[in-house]
Formats: sequence, C-alpha cells, structure tokens
Amino acid sequence: MDLKPLFSPETIAVIGVSRTNDRHPANVIYSKLRLRYPVKVFPVNPKGGEIQRETIYPEVTEIPDKIDLAVIAARAEFVPAILSRCVKAKVGGATIISGGFAEVGRADLQQRLVDIAREADFPFIGPNCLGIYVPRQFDTFFLPGQRLIRPDEGSVAIVSQSGGVLVDQMVKFAGQNVGLSLAVSIGNKAVVRELDLLTYLSQDTATRVIAFYVEGFEKNEGRTFVQAASRCGKPVIVLKAGKSALGSRAVSSHTASLAGDYTVFSQVLTQHGIVEARDEFEMVSFCESLSCYQRSISGRVGIITASGGHGVIAVDTCSAHGLTVPQLNSDIETDIQKHLSVSVQQIASLANPVDLTGSAVDEDFIAAATGLSASPDIDCVLILLLPYSPGISSDLGARLSHVYQKEGKPMVAYVPHEEKYRMLIEGFELNRVPVSSSIEGAVLMVEAMRRCQPC
Amino acid sequence: MLKTAICKALNSATESGWVLEPDAKHLLRTAGLKVPAFKVCPQVSEAVAWAGKIGYPVVAKVVSPKAMHKSELKGVVVGIGDDDALREAYKRFRRIDGFCGMLVESIAAGVEVIVGAKIDYQFGPVILLGMGGTAVEIYQDTAIRMAPLIERDVWSMVGSLKARRLLEGYRGSEAVSMEALVETMLTFSDLVLTLGERFESIDLNPVMCSAEDCIIVDARIVLATT
Repeated sequence: MDLKPLFSPETIAVIGVSRTNDRHPANVIYSKLRLRYPVKVFPVNPKGGEIQRETIYPEVTEIPDKIDLAVIAARAEFVPAILSRCVKAKVGGATIISGGFAEVGRADLQQRLVDIAREADFPFIGPNCLGIYVPRQFDTFFLPGQRLIRPDEGSVAIVSQSGGVLVDQMVKFAGQNVGLSLAVSIGNKAVVRELDLLTYLSQDTATRVIAFYVEGFEKNEGRTFVQAASRCGKPVIVLKAGKSALGSRAVSSHTASLAGDYTVFSQVLTQHGIVEARDEFEMVSFCESLSCYQRSISGRVGIITASGGHGVIAVDTCSAHGLTVPQLNSDIETDIQKHLSVSVQQIASLANPVDLTGSAVDEDFIAAATGLSASPDIDCVLILLLPYSPGISSDLGARLSHVYQKEGKPMVAYVPHEEKYRMLIEGFELNRVPVSSSIEGAVLMVEAMRRCQPC
Repeated sequence: MLKTAICKALNSATESGWVLEPDAKHLLRTAGLKVPAFKVCPQVSEAVAWAGKIGYPVVAKVVSPKAMHKSELKGVVVGIGDDDALREAYKRFRRIDGFCGMLVESIAAGVEVIVGAKIDYQFGPVILLGMGGTAVEIYQDTAIRMAPLIERDVWSMVGSLKARRLLEGYRGSEAVSMEALVETMLTFSDLVLTLGERFESIDLNPVMCSAEDCIIVDARIVLATT
C-alpha cells in the first residue's frame, strides 16, 4: 500500500458536500482546503449544482484531473459505492470521515470497505475519524480553521485513534511551540493502522519522532508493533488509554492476575525502548526532547541555575524521575571557576547544581555550560534560566545552544513562557535545544532521553 | 522427548483445564529445568520408602485433580522429619476430595521467586519474574517481558524489582546465582514458545533461588480453553 497520496496530495476531492448546509463536515473541509491550502480541490455530490460558485461534480469519476486524495464525508450506507468509484477513478487513497460503521455495530458495512480496499490495494484512513493534518499543506478536519489551535510545521508526527484527543493534544503542542510534520486520527482503523503509519513515518524525512495515542491493539498486533518500533530508527512515544481493567475478570493464576493488560503493555514498551507517556503533558515534553535528541543517555544531570531554590527543586524532581545529579570532579569545578566573571567567582556555588546566583551574566552561563559539557560524569545539561536577572541578555538562548552544537552534550532549558522572553526561548528552540515552561517539564525532557532505549 | 512430555502433560490435564503438579514437573524437568527429586506415592508404604531414600526432612503434597489450590486445603506439609509425621500427613491427605496420591519430595532452600507466563491478547507470550511465595499478589513486585527473552532481559527484570537486593545478597545472605537464574528464565522462555497457544498461563511458584541453582518447587499450568 502506498500511503504517500494520503499525506502529500496535490489534488483532493471532497465527496459529500452539501449545496445548502455550510456547516456540513464536507463543506467545512472543502472550504478550508479551497481558501487556505496549496492544493487543488474538487467538490463532489451526486446532485451536482454549485458551491462557492464552483461546479459540483456528480461523481469522482467525472473529475478531469487525477485525484490523489478523496475525503469522504457522506452517509455510511453510501460509502462502499463511493469507495468503489474512487478505485475506478484511480484515486490515490481516501480519508473516510463518516461514522456509522463498527463503532455502532455495523461491522458488516465496515467489512465491505475493507474488502474493496484490500482487493484494489487502496489505502484509506478511518472510517469515523478526523483524518489528516499537515501544517501548511492541507487538513481534513471538519473543524473550522478559526476554531482550531494549529501547531506549526515541525518534526513530530502524531497518530491517534481518537480525533478529539488529537485536537486537544495539538493545542498542547502549539502551547509549547512544538511543531508537527503530520497529525492523523485513524478512528476505526479499518485498513490503515498504527503499524502501517509507523512504517511510513519511519521513512518520512520530515518526521524525527513518532507519537501514538493508542487505545488497544488486535490479537498479537502489539507484538508486531513493538518489534517494528524498536527497529524503526526513530524515537517512538506511546500514550495508552484504557489503563484500568474493566470489570473483575476471574483469573486462573497469579501470573494472569499480576500481568494485567496494561501492566504487560507498559512493560513491553519499556523492554523495546519505546517511551511511554503517562499523560498529555509528558507526551509534549517527550516529543519536544526527542525531536532534538535521538541518542539515549544514562540520566546523569548537570544543573545550572541562577537561583538556589530552583536548583533544589530541580534536584528533587530529577530524583523523583530516576535521574541522578552527580558530584563534579574538582578539575571541572576549577575550570568553570576560572572562566567566571570576577564578581560571580566569589559567590557562585560550584557543586552540582552549579548556582551562578542572580548576579550572573551571559558569560557565566556559557562558562558553566561549557564546563559541564566537558564533564565525563554528566550526560545532560539542565539549564534553569530566570530571565528576571539583570545580567542576562536575550541572546543567551542562542549562545547556549551554540555550546551544545560545539560540545554535543544534550542540553535542555527551563524558561518561563512569557511573551516578553520569546527571543530568549526562540534562541534555544530555533537552534534545536528544547525549552520547557516548567522545571517538571524540563526534567521530563531529560527522562525521555533516558527511557528511549531498550531495557 | 519434550514433545512426548508435553503431550502427556496436556492429555493428563484435569477436566478443569490444569495440569497436575507431578505431570507439570515432569514436563519442566524434560525441558531442562530443575525440580526437586519427587515421587507420587498412592500408598503410604511407598511414601515411607521414598522418603527414606531421599532422606528426611521432606515435603508432602496432596495430588488431586480437585485440589488446584493445595495449600488452601491444607494439602501441603513442609519439613516432615520422620516416618510417623509422613504417615500422619498421608492419613489427612487421603480425606481430601479427589485424592489420588501423595507427592513426596526433597526440600529446596533459597529466595522464593515466581516465574510465570501467559498468552497476552495483544502481545502473545509474555514472561513474568517476581518475588514469589503465597503473598505474590500482595507485594505485586514483578517484571514482565515479551518472549522470547534474551539474557539482557533477565538482568533488567531483576534490576527493576523493588526487592532486588534480596536476590543480590542482603545483610550477609549469599547472592543468588544469576547464571542459574538466566539459564532458568531462558529455558523457560523456550518452553513457553514451544507450548505456543496451548496454554493460558503458567505459575512456577515458588522457585527457590540460591547461590547454586534455581529449583522449581511448585508448578501450575493452566491450559487454553478451546
């Protein structure tokens, strides 16, 4: 199955547009594609007529152009016939937005779609989904553009069974300035499933991290998925919903009782180096971190702070997340000390955390980051940057990220996400050093690197 | 030979779908796992003769297709020191529903662990390692990995247990043999894959792990319902 037409279409047919109801999902999709995206879009409805002064084609087969993607938002009972005509018209693939299939007990109707698609080797997403969002290229969400919070383009791909969760997750990504290469809601996942997308995305050059929101797998499907994920060469993050056991199934043995569905799920992910995010907050932090760093670390953190209190909180948080904050050897301390500005030399504390105090200037941070990057006892540098300090300039983010570019030791930063610190934050982010708006989030970024390895 | 043992064990399964302990142990031994020297004795005289041969103290357990949870029925006596005590146990076991013999075996010592397996719907065969004994479900200190296991998996399983220091040697006690534990886990993983979907879950509990070896003291194999 070639999934490329699904995710990079130049021509799109929207099947099921209404001549009268502008709020119909097909109309919302048609409208946004036509007005906002660099694609050629064709409306389809058997009744013909016009929409936004454009001719509605009665059938997909009658569109003169070759269609890459069909977006189907018609009533469930019409969808099998529509799909057959898409196959006949040699459409590249489809996204079936319509509900009314297996999720409401019409597995038979869904099976007809699967049979048509399998026979023709025709890929489709859905049914019962929001479909696809590719920043600046196109999206098939039936949510009006002005209502959506739209993350910009980036290198994280998200695959979600639930459309609602996906949209919500996108809000959180946008809030932390984490860009997406692709977001897709797969709904009933009748044909294109997690494994297909994993395979596709592992080859997609725009994607560096692949994130999944999974409710559950079919029989033995989880096995194939984790094996493929551990070999795919990119970090894979999974958020599992449905963790609580439903009802109290009678179990025959201790093992059956101890190895419940979620326990197995979680531990098998760990075994294969797949990072499990426990909630949406972790998901965003993990994605941002692993889109910058794909190498795993053992979790020995060197902390730089301008406030003693922040240092203490960061140490506690590291410890709670299974990370260590080791002592520095005296050579490293001496080296940092030597490069500090004279006034800070007197008052800085050089044990880990390195507390540069509120008097620190940019050069002191550079000296500390360079020193920690050279330390063999540290495999990640955590910078707690309080932009309230008078000695810190807006260039510091970019300057510190150059330390990372030079030394190669992963660096993460905490900076309060306030609009007036934007330049400082972008100085990090545009140079691929992840920034969190909380200490907890920054520590999660380090944890992601530690967990991104089989154990 | 393993195939024969598997067939025998599966065919002899009780109506309720689990394999009697002696059959399960025979299967495990054939697969290359360690079990204590044991014998099923339908008559008390055989039991006394066997205990004399392996030497007291011994463990006696009831063998009955109706006694899946033997200890709950008081069907297990540990540390029997002489013929009289053995006869006494036999007399009591004979009154347990479905009695068809008394299993007499030598005593194994060590740290009690549980080694288990189940067929998971999403991930297929998975293997469990945890702190064993009768309180396993209270402590819930376990690690789970998808089969087949590799050696690194066993090390990481042990490393992830809260009670791992008990295995690594705690307050003067000897560390358990990781070589033996790895060998046991990998052999068990092979057996689990050989059994395939014919079983639903397996408990080896307790497995006595010492500085020398890992000996499976009790085993329960529950077959898949077809």
